[in-house]
Amino acid sequence: MDSQMMTGNLAAAWGARLADVDYIPAFPITPQTEIVEALAKWCERGEVAATFVSMDSEHSMMTAAGAAEVTGARVFTATSSQGLLHAFEVLYSISGWRAPLVLVNVSRALAAPITLESDHNDVLAARDAGFLQIHAETCQEVLDSILMAYRIAEDERVMLPVIVNLDGFTLSFTREPVSLPDPDMVRRFLPPFRPSHLGFAASSPHALGVAVIGGTSYAYFRHQMHLAAQNALEVHREAADSFHALFGRRYDLVEGYRLEDADDVLVMTNAGASKGKAAVDAARAQGKRGGLLRLRVIRPWPAEAIREALRDRRAVAVLDQNLAPGQGGILYQEVAACLYHEARRPRALCSFIGGLGGQNLSEGEFQAIFEQTAEAGVAGRGLGPVLLYSAEEHREMTHLQMVATGNA
Amino acid sequence: MWQRETFKKIKQIPREEHVMPGTALCAGCGGLEALRLAAKVLGDHVVYVNAAGCFTMLAAYPYSSFKGSWLYTTMGSAPAGAQGIRDALDVLIAKRRLPKSEDLKVIVLGGDGSTYDMALSATSGAMNRQLDFYYICYDNEAYGNTGMQLSPATPYAARTATSPCSLQHPAATMQEKKDIFEIWRAHRPPYIATVAPRYPLDLEEKFARAATFTGPKMFLALAACPTGWLYDPGATPEVAKLAVETGLWPLKEAVNGVVTHTYIPKRKPVEAYLRLQGRFRHLFEPTVQTDAIRHIQERVDAYWQQAAQEQA
Repeated sequence: MDSQMMTGNLAAAWGARLADVDYIPAFPITPQTEIVEALAKWCERGEVAATFVSMDSEHSMMTAAGAAEVTGARVFTATSSQGLLHAFEVLYSISGWRAPLVLVNVSRALAAPITLESDHNDVLAARDAGFLQIHAETCQEVLDSILMAYRIAEDERVMLPVIVNLDGFTLSFTREPVSLPDPDMVRRFLPPFRPSHLGFAASSPHALGVAVIGGTSYAYFRHQMHLAAQNALEVHREAADSFHALFGRRYDLVEGYRLEDADDVLVMTNAGASKGKAAVDAARAQGKRGGLLRLRVIRPWPAEAIREALRDRRAVAVLDQNLAPGQGGILYQEVAACLYHEARRPRALCSFIGGLGGQNLSEGEFQAIFEQTAEAGVAGRGLGPVLLYSAEEHREMTHLQMVATGNA
Repeated sequence: MWQRETFKKIKQIPREEHVMPGTALCAGCGGLEALRLAAKVLGDHVVYVNAAGCFTMLAAYPYSSFKGSWLYTTMGSAPAGAQGIRDALDVLIAKRRLPKSEDLKVIVLGGDGSTYDMALSATSGAMNRQLDFYYICYDNEAYGNTGMQLSPATPYAARTATSPCSLQHPAATMQEKKDIFEIWRAHRPPYIATVAPRYPLDLEEKFARAATFTGPKMFLALAACPTGWLYDPGATPEVAKLAVETGLWPLKEAVNGVVTHTYIPKRKPVEAYLRLQGRFRHLFEPTVQTDAIRHIQERVDAYWQQAAQEQA
């Protein structure tokens, strides 16, 4: 099928449309709103056979989404940033209900200070919520990942909800060519949702989300969630194989870019990885053997795939577009933890923090990252967390501070 | 004049039980008695959507008190859970993936903490969307499951763990009880009613009447609470009766916004009700707080004067 130009948001809406969802509870928030606007229009016209309902908050929206899913409907919803956090307790509830819905999060930095542009503190705050997480780099991948997400979530070995993440502005509002999969082929990839053990009905009463007394039951059910999330590694591989066979595009847990002979590897996620790949090309043009590892599936954590990709490297830099104040980069910690038991681990592991709240990642900064990472590899000593802030940004901020204090 | 049509005699109340005995709730729970009576009309083809509160313990693994279904949600969003279930049932029935015979009544259970405070926005949203569901608030006038702290449903002069009586506040709670009935009524749901467990025919009749309406069916149930109000569990019927007979808990309904009082009490002095409960004991010992008691009486009198005017 021919490609169409569309934004990441519209690609997300197409993902839900092609997944033939039954129910879409919605609440607007920038930069996600375009997704639910498109779906509302399609539902109104009868082009999507789903019930669309405007809810009173993201907290209510996620509750309705989970409740509908455990009643037996295929559910889609979307949010962003403050909305995700407003729904936070519900995320834990519905993963505990084992409601295999798909939630698209359009990453946006968290207040305060309030802003609209992207970083990953919102979605990574939900990393322990029992949702699986797929982080997409391109508009095509957003659509494809939603289809894969339903197939993985609804697998009997998994039965957990999935967040598909895309970057606000840089991807949500950027138009790229997207190939729309044929609906008949999608049905072959993603069979109708007919859960064998979910669904409230008169003839099959059951209680869900009930209280437990004491840790014995609690721990049992939480362990089940962990084991199910681990199962998703294998289920993802099967889904990726099937998707590749049907549509010709392949998505693995992680994506390597020019890794074959790379000395030093930059680790990134989401749309920013496109800039990282360009920086790898630039470094290679100068004769430096750089490569990039893009983490695509964040939950379950693909530890083995990461070890496989980073084994025997001179140095690795994790560029986190998030900041855990008082700690540093969130993904740096997780990468470090999974390399600890790797005997042939990189000689140095470096942590860089950049791209917060839509902050630019400049070519110069990427160049500095590769240079400092190479030096760290030679010295055999890691680095960071380094808070990226260019001289130009410093000048601009100094000027703004003068304006704010009335001294401009 | 309001008259019962379906339930005229106590014998007409079905004997079959739908809320099983042996729950983990407190002995003498007035809220549970209201639910037990309500379930006799609601039946077993139901899904209860529970908000965090005392009733959470009605389904504690591996037991459930119901022959119907149950979903525990959160304190702030049970009506949104009802929305998701109702919408999903409708879409599955419309798409012929679920036979109509499998349909369920969707019933929210929330305490006054959830209802008056945290879930007010979710409830407002559900009413505004004209969701076809039941809402049962079991109102024991405080955050009960956490040990009786002040809620917006706590009446003036009731002592709670977070509104103790002190030299500065000898009457304890200074606020007046939030009027959730009128807040609900502003949304114009087709049916709203207050009920009390000591008035079973009035209660059953209201649930039977509610069943004839599509849309939000809102119930405010007096949950006389021996544990929190500090009286002997055996006295729940008497406390619940006096709440109504003093006029403090008016039995009424609003059909499409039009209010009718379903029982006009002769109005015993409020003292008779207050004296039964430890939470009001400071009004009588060590000295009688005449002003506080008079204030409560005056507000009840004013309420019923206004009700009489509106009725006339």
